[in-house]
Amino acid sequence: MSKAKKKQSRLIFRSVVLLLLAAAIIFSIVSKDKVKVLAVGDKAPDFELVDIDGNKHRLSDYKGKGVFLNFWGTWCPPCKREMPDMEEQYKAFKDKGVHVLSVNSGESNLKVETFRDQYGLSFPIVIDKTKDIRELYNIQPLPTTFLIDKDGRIQKIIITEMTRDEIISYMESIQP
Amino acid sequence: MSLASLSANLLLVSFIAYLVATLFFGGAVKGAKSEASYKNNRWGKIGISITIIGFITHLGYFITRWIASGHAPMSNMFEFTTAFAMMLVGAFILIFYLYRTPSLGLFALPIAIIIIGYASMFPTEITPLIPALQSYWLAVHVITAALGEAILAISAVAGLIYLLKNVDLTKPSKQRFWLEAVVFTLVLVLGFVVSSTTFKMTGYEAHFTYIDKNEKPAKIEYNYPPLFGMNEYEAKTPEAMTPWAELPAVINAKTLTTFVWSVVTGTILYLLLRLIFRKPIALVFQPFAKKANSQLMDEIGYRSVLIGFPVFTLGALIFAMIWAHEAWSRFWGWDPKEVWALITWLFYAAFLHVRLSQGWEGKKSAWLAVIGFVIIMFNLIAVNLIIAGLHSYA
Amino acid sequence: MSKIVKCQCGHDNPFGIVLCERCGRPMTEEAKNSDVVDMRYEGSARRSQTYKRSIIDKIWNFFSSVKIGVSIIVAVLATSAIGTLFPQKFYVPVREEDMLDYYERLYGFIGTLYYKLGFYDMYNSWWFKILIGMLGTSIIIASVDRVIPLYKSLKKQRTKRHTSFMKRQRVYGLGPSENPDLALTNAAEKLKEMKYNVKTEDGAILAEKGRFSRWGPYVNHTGLIIFLFGILLRGIPGFYVDETMWIREGELRSIPGAPEFYLKSKDFSIEYYTKEEADEVFGAALDRVGTIVKNYQTDVTLYKKKENLLPGSTDMDLVKDYSIIVNKPLKFEGYSIFQMDYRLNELKSMTMQLVEKKTGKSFGEFTIDLDDPKGVYELNDGAQVNLIGYYADYAGVENGEPVSKSPIPNNPAFIFDMKTPDKPKGEKSFVAIRQTLETEENVYAVKFVSADTRDISGLTIRKDKTLYILLLGGLIFMIGVCQGSFWNHRRIWVQKGEGEELLVAAHTNKNWFTLKKELDEVKDFAKLPSYEDRRDNESIEQEEGEK
Repeated sequence: MSKAKKKQSRLIFRSVVLLLLAAAIIFSIVSKDKVKVLAVGDKAPDFELVDIDGNKHRLSDYKGKGVFLNFWGTWCPPCKREMPDMEEQYKAFKDKGVHVLSVNSGESNLKVETFRDQYGLSFPIVIDKTKDIRELYNIQPLPTTFLIDKDGRIQKIIITEMTRDEIISYMESIQP
Repeated sequence: MSLASLSANLLLVSFIAYLVATLFFGGAVKGAKSEASYKNNRWGKIGISITIIGFITHLGYFITRWIASGHAPMSNMFEFTTAFAMMLVGAFILIFYLYRTPSLGLFALPIAIIIIGYASMFPTEITPLIPALQSYWLAVHVITAALGEAILAISAVAGLIYLLKNVDLTKPSKQRFWLEAVVFTLVLVLGFVVSSTTFKMTGYEAHFTYIDKNEKPAKIEYNYPPLFGMNEYEAKTPEAMTPWAELPAVINAKTLTTFVWSVVTGTILYLLLRLIFRKPIALVFQPFAKKANSQLMDEIGYRSVLIGFPVFTLGALIFAMIWAHEAWSRFWGWDPKEVWALITWLFYAAFLHVRLSQGWEGKKSAWLAVIGFVIIMFNLIAVNLIIAGLHSYA
Repeated sequence: MSKIVKCQCGHDNPFGIVLCERCGRPMTEEAKNSDVVDMRYEGSARRSQTYKRSIIDKIWNFFSSVKIGVSIIVAVLATSAIGTLFPQKFYVPVREEDMLDYYERLYGFIGTLYYKLGFYDMYNSWWFKILIGMLGTSIIIASVDRVIPLYKSLKKQRTKRHTSFMKRQRVYGLGPSENPDLALTNAAEKLKEMKYNVKTEDGAILAEKGRFSRWGPYVNHTGLIIFLFGILLRGIPGFYVDETMWIREGELRSIPGAPEFYLKSKDFSIEYYTKEEADEVFGAALDRVGTIVKNYQTDVTLYKKKENLLPGSTDMDLVKDYSIIVNKPLKFEGYSIFQMDYRLNELKSMTMQLVEKKTGKSFGEFTIDLDDPKGVYELNDGAQVNLIGYYADYAGVENGEPVSKSPIPNNPAFIFDMKTPDKPKGEKSFVAIRQTLETEENVYAVKFVSADTRDISGLTIRKDKTLYILLLGGLIFMIGVCQGSFWNHRRIWVQKGEGEELLVAAHTNKNWFTLKKELDEVKDFAKLPSYEDRRDNESIEQEEGEK
């Protein structure tokens, strides 16, 4: 090997090694030591839950429709506040191909039933008794809402309380 | 006689044996006229025989206590520290047969004696194991870690001898100051043993209630006249002295009281010694180090790091991680004790690197060995008593 | 700058060489002037010191230096120590928002500073990670730079060395011999007997032993790099799961981080050491400390969802029953579940009775399962109690409506509608702990009778695919460090000098004591000239004194 070539290959070797090491350090700082979390654009994982009346609901039942997937609990004030608007828009969008599926965080049937009657809710309410779906969707605060389009992909994840106007525009966004 | 009391008696026998053996090693060093007579001296032979007897009874203490309690006697401050002293003596015996050096015994045994004395100041009764300690890893991890630390400590003993011999103690210098500081620290430990024993014999007790750092009420018992009071303390023993000051919740006033008493007693002891000898105490010890071969001490210092380092890594880091994963669900949690084991490890790694590639031999290497021992002792004493994390079982 | 340094023996050495790779002649002024030559890395040319041009080379050289490596070690050591001054974030029992207050309250100004400078979570800080990264970089580069030249020079070394090399060894001797050839043969024989690898060439012997110990440092460095690499991998999703969960007695719930798996807690228990069981041994300790816990245990059943079923379906298979105790986690499919924490006595159910206030006459008792309350409780004599409102964690009234601040029955409150034969329309009553509210004076009342409680276990779920990599790294490290510590690389050179003279030299990377002992044996057996250790001035002086 010629002198110049040798020198060049050494430079390349050293650059590559240093670059790799720098990348490793940056990776260690950026990475968060966490399990995979669902993100916008991912396929929404399918699940099957039973509602208060004993009917089974699957996410995949709504294939071809937009799904407004809402996670809530009866004790959570913002959850309560957004319920009437959700009910209203559920009725408005039902026939336009947007469905509401609400997932209660493992409370008792009595409690959910009382709540439903109190707020006059007509959309399906399923109860996540084993907190399975809560883990699956990595739900931290309540309420959390997933907007799922007709192809079953996550369009948006909302982790705050929604106003009436927001609910309308979200529903429009997943209208098929 | 029950096993437990047999065990305690055996420990006493070994304590006395080490004391006697020290005298014989002193005789061996004093009496030796030449290198050859120093190595194969009759006093030295008697000294090592008594040391071995002491070691065997010490081992007897360890085994009988193990049988009596049903678990490895390494579960609290007293047990760990006594076992550490035993391993220190064991490591010394090994090195003695490799290099035939009575001087090493003359310095290693008194350190073992001080350590046993220190250990005995902690509660000595057999304590049942809390759930976290109920594992065979207790024996595996702690014994290996203590063994590693004991072998590393031998390097500090050799370093100390090297320094006593090679540092010019007739003129004031930085090195002389620090060497005297090392001796002073040893006297302080003695001060702790003396003061603690004194108050124990008088049966001194003072009870208090106080508010701990989580703002919960708690109780505490002092065995020393309380110089400092715990956070928002209330005295429950009226005849005891009133503390000079009340300390915030993060500071353990009892520990501080003990510490101050020890320092005061140790300082008085030191000043007495200075009055008697009328020269730095390091200088008093110097003649005993003069017979040792510097090259050999340097070699022993290095060699014991080489032997101790892998053992320490295995016990204090690798076994520790495996157990931590089993008991606490994570192999590493940045608990203070863990961090200080890592610091010890990094320190000796640095020691080996500067010695190998920067050529730090002789005095520099000896100083590093002494500092290494200080770190080990810090981890054993200060981290347990002051910083306290998951490991504070004592 | 010439690339090649030619030695008098005809060998071409790379630039930067200290001792000729082949014959050992000193090649630098410094080496020529020294009495005892520096044998580290065999006086070879470390690559790093050879070229210093581009910025890449400069960075490379920086990390190649052992001095820098040691400085990084010391930096990690010192900063790690700072992190133990006050407790780290994960040992502080308050929430992130209250942390500053916590440090300030307990540690004052220094505590605030400690928090503000980020030392409260320093082992996860970017700068600490960079420091560890630099340590790894230094380990890799410094090793690569040394191991190759060392390998080359040990491979190229010649049996016959130049006199100037022999003279500059720490252990060196020169003296007349009656029969140099016989001495050489005898020495070779003796050395072979002592397990040395002996090479002869033209009136010279090179006896070598334990060369493989020279590779120890590089092996242990490899182990460390594998270990660090394993830790890096945990940043990749899926390699590492670390979750916690609280599970109540009787509860069945999915395991966080372990999809498809469910855990049911059957019982949580704490056991204490009693004086009866071991008074003789532990009595004194129990007297001093009071109670000592013997065991924390959660009895669980592990379930797995049937295959091909969707999440949420409750059709599952029992995997196993297990008692999780400290030090004995539940293990399944790479996951481990640990007993970490507990809470005792959460309300589970409440038993009430319906009574006529005036007479105290009871219509019987009924029990409300606080997790799954029923709407109607039928009692004796046709009386019934309707539960029309249930607030698990009652926190007052907002907008005329009682509210619960969580789904956990910490402070249960109820609205009852009591229907009795003489009040068939019912009377309403609001009942909370130590509180009963009525819109108008009722004839009947629901009275509390008793409550049942349950315990909650705090469990940690772990899965760590990197464990085996870490273990492998640790193992390789141990092999390397033992290889380098417990074996020594020893070399003994014996060769004919001028006339009837013999030259002896020896070198070891450590443990000179044993080397000299071995050399003494050879010397006595083969009648070699005596040597001296030029570092051990004391023995030399002493021997001279004795003469």
